[in-house]
Amino acid sequence: MNDMRLTERAVTQTAKITARGVQVHYGTNHALKDVDVDILDKTVTAFIGPSGCGKSTFLRCLNRMNDTVASARVTGKIEMDGQDIYDPRVDPVQLRAKVGMVFQKPNPFPKSIYDNVAYGPKIHGLARGKAELDQIVETSLKKAALWNEVKDRLSAPGTGLSGGQQQRLCIARAVATSPEVLLMDEPCSALDPIATAQVEELIDELRAQFSVVIVTHSMQQAARVSQRTAFFHLGHLVEYGETGHIFTNPTDPRTEAYITGRIG
Amino acid sequence: MTDLSAAAPSSSPHHRGGASLIAPDARTQARNAAERRFRRFGLSAVLLGLVALVVLLASVLGNGVSAFRQTYVILPVTLEASVLDKAGNRNPDEMKKVTTLGYGKLMQEALIAALAERGIDTGDLKPKEIMALLSKEAPADLRDAVLADPSLIGQSIAFPAFATSRVDGYFKGRVTMDSAARDANISPAQLQLADAMRAAGLIETRLNPGFLTRPDASELRPEAAGLGVAILGSAYMMLVVLVLSLPIGVAASIYLEELAPKNRWTDLIEINIANLAAVPSIVFGILALALFINIAGLPQSAPIVGGLVLTLMTLPTIIIATRASLKAVPPSIRDAALGVGASRMQTIFHHVLPLAMPGILTGTILGLARALGESAPLLLIGMVAFVRDFPAAPPAGFFDPASALPVQVYSWTQRADPAFAERASGAIIVLLVFLLSMNALAILLRRRFERRW
Ligand SMILES: Nc1ncnc2c1ncn2[C@@H]1O[C@H](COP(=O)(O)OP(=O)(O)OP(=O)(O)O)[C@@H](O)[C@H]1O
Ligand SMILES: [Mg+2]
Repeated sequence: MNDMRLTERAVTQTAKITARGVQVHYGTNHALKDVDVDILDKTVTAFIGPSGCGKSTFLRCLNRMNDTVASARVTGKIEMDGQDIYDPRVDPVQLRAKVGMVFQKPNPFPKSIYDNVAYGPKIHGLARGKAELDQIVETSLKKAALWNEVKDRLSAPGTGLSGGQQQRLCIARAVATSPEVLLMDEPCSALDPIATAQVEELIDELRAQFSVVIVTHSMQQAARVSQRTAFFHLGHLVEYGETGHIFTNPTDPRTEAYITGRIG
Repeated sequence: MTDLSAAAPSSSPHHRGGASLIAPDARTQARNAAERRFRRFGLSAVLLGLVALVVLLASVLGNGVSAFRQTYVILPVTLEASVLDKAGNRNPDEMKKVTTLGYGKLMQEALIAALAERGIDTGDLKPKEIMALLSKEAPADLRDAVLADPSLIGQSIAFPAFATSRVDGYFKGRVTMDSAARDANISPAQLQLADAMRAAGLIETRLNPGFLTRPDASELRPEAAGLGVAILGSAYMMLVVLVLSLPIGVAASIYLEELAPKNRWTDLIEINIANLAAVPSIVFGILALALFINIAGLPQSAPIVGGLVLTLMTLPTIIIATRASLKAVPPSIRDAALGVGASRMQTIFHHVLPLAMPGILTGTILGLARALGESAPLLLIGMVAFVRDFPAAPPAGFFDPASALPVQVYSWTQRADPAFAERASGAIIVLLVFLLSMNALAILLRRRFERRW
């Protein structure tokens, strides 16, 4: 159903990730049913849908975090830049260096703020010296709109920050490894409006370099930051298309019901 | 539980309006009473435990502290070169030809001379009976001192020789004139002489470092018995246990907890580890006897065998503690590390293990403490043998016969002379001090490693 629009935009934008027929089972729970999506390069894609519909599950398929869940079984095909990421030869560690993730619940390491951000660049060898690492930490924290609040206490524990600050620290940590795709699972659910605005600004900036996938429960946020929106319901991808279209002129009655607040 | 709900019907929860906040209603009163009951119950349990602890400590300290003090005869003796070094070249190899008999004679003469000089009346005690105030170990001690330092020859020294355990017991109150009258080893006349010598400064009771450093002594010389070999043997065993069980235990736990697939096999292993932790220690002793001594042919009484059997015993404890602390690390930390592209090994060693470290160390030290106090399996592998020679330095010393602290306690309590009962209590104090310091270390390490953020 998206084919028409895809061809329209194909001139300017290429698909970074293509998912075809993705199914996820958690044991006997069929959590995701036959999802086809193209995540475009240098685009913000929003996933919306009621709680438990499989947004996080699909997000976790994109960087193979579901590998860590023993009961999870992923079938179907997900390609990134034409390579099947579920190919047995693919090292998920290498994949995750390219596909960063911000989790639904803030989970900073119980280490200093500096170490939290510097950890990724360190293990991937992105900095050639202390100065360069300092630079990466500073830019990442600035991008996550946290620098001003923590610049005087970089050696303080990351877990000592407030919930919203912790979430921005996690964003900085994900940004620091310069991923090609950034997956954000409700990054703003613990943030106040000011920080939310800052993160949205960041998302918009990041779009220049890589593609961002954001899960959100806020329709307004999806409308503000994303160019494309996918609506999930009970494990199905109901509708996927340009954000403007989805919000003003949805094709599926379930989408309409959800965005007007009648299901969810 | 039931009494809480029993109080409910009086007031319906929907009609609370107007009730005073100050006067508690029936339900609240019942709840508070239940809380008070529980508090009292808990408090009395704690008090009971404390009383038991105090009684235990009092009895052990009361009996054992005196083991650290010993009665010495301060013997002024001139070490005649003509007797002790006939060749006159101070060569210890040639001086060894003089046996303890020679030294004994020298000491006997010196003792009688000293008594005469101080005008102490020896009554009709024969010289041999006077000499019997000294430990049978005393000539050997003097000989060892001279051989260790040949320059002493020719000098007059005041040599602190152990008094026999009966004299020691007399000054500690264990032996009385009445009991001496019935005792073949000591007579009231000898005790009177001891009193007089003490008044003259020839006998004194002082701190005995030898209790910690000397080897065990025979049945007839309790005053000379010490814990040296036992402490060294226990230390060697703890070293073996630590070196083997910590890496093996932690590696096994990491594998089982983080890497192994969760299937029927790992379940089976898990159940078996839990069961192993509950196996009585004597069973491990039998296993070790069969495996290490009969099949592998390792020497009996050796710390290596003791260490191996204690390792087997400690491993389940360490594995259980380590797995529990690995489990306690929140999964979100693993997600976070994997999410930034850390490998599984990096996730474990950079994030999970440091967070689990306090728990692992505590478990390990508590496991070691339990192993240190264990005696049953050591009895089976022959560590109860009488060992007078110190084991060599490690690693060769691991294969030399040695004793162990708890076994030493056991073998001393088995001996007839009541002086050994005192020493057994003293050994228990030493054991308790080691255990307490290990527990303190566990707490210290936990504090040190604990991340408070
Ligand atoms: N680790 C897991 N093990 C088993 N079932 C899971 C697991 N994670 C998610 N599920 C199930 O998969 C389904 C989708 O969950 P998912 O977390 O993807 O929902 P979601 O859309 O992100 O919801 P929310 O908006 O509340 O975060 C749910 O039915 C959930 O119970
Ligand atoms: Mg979710």
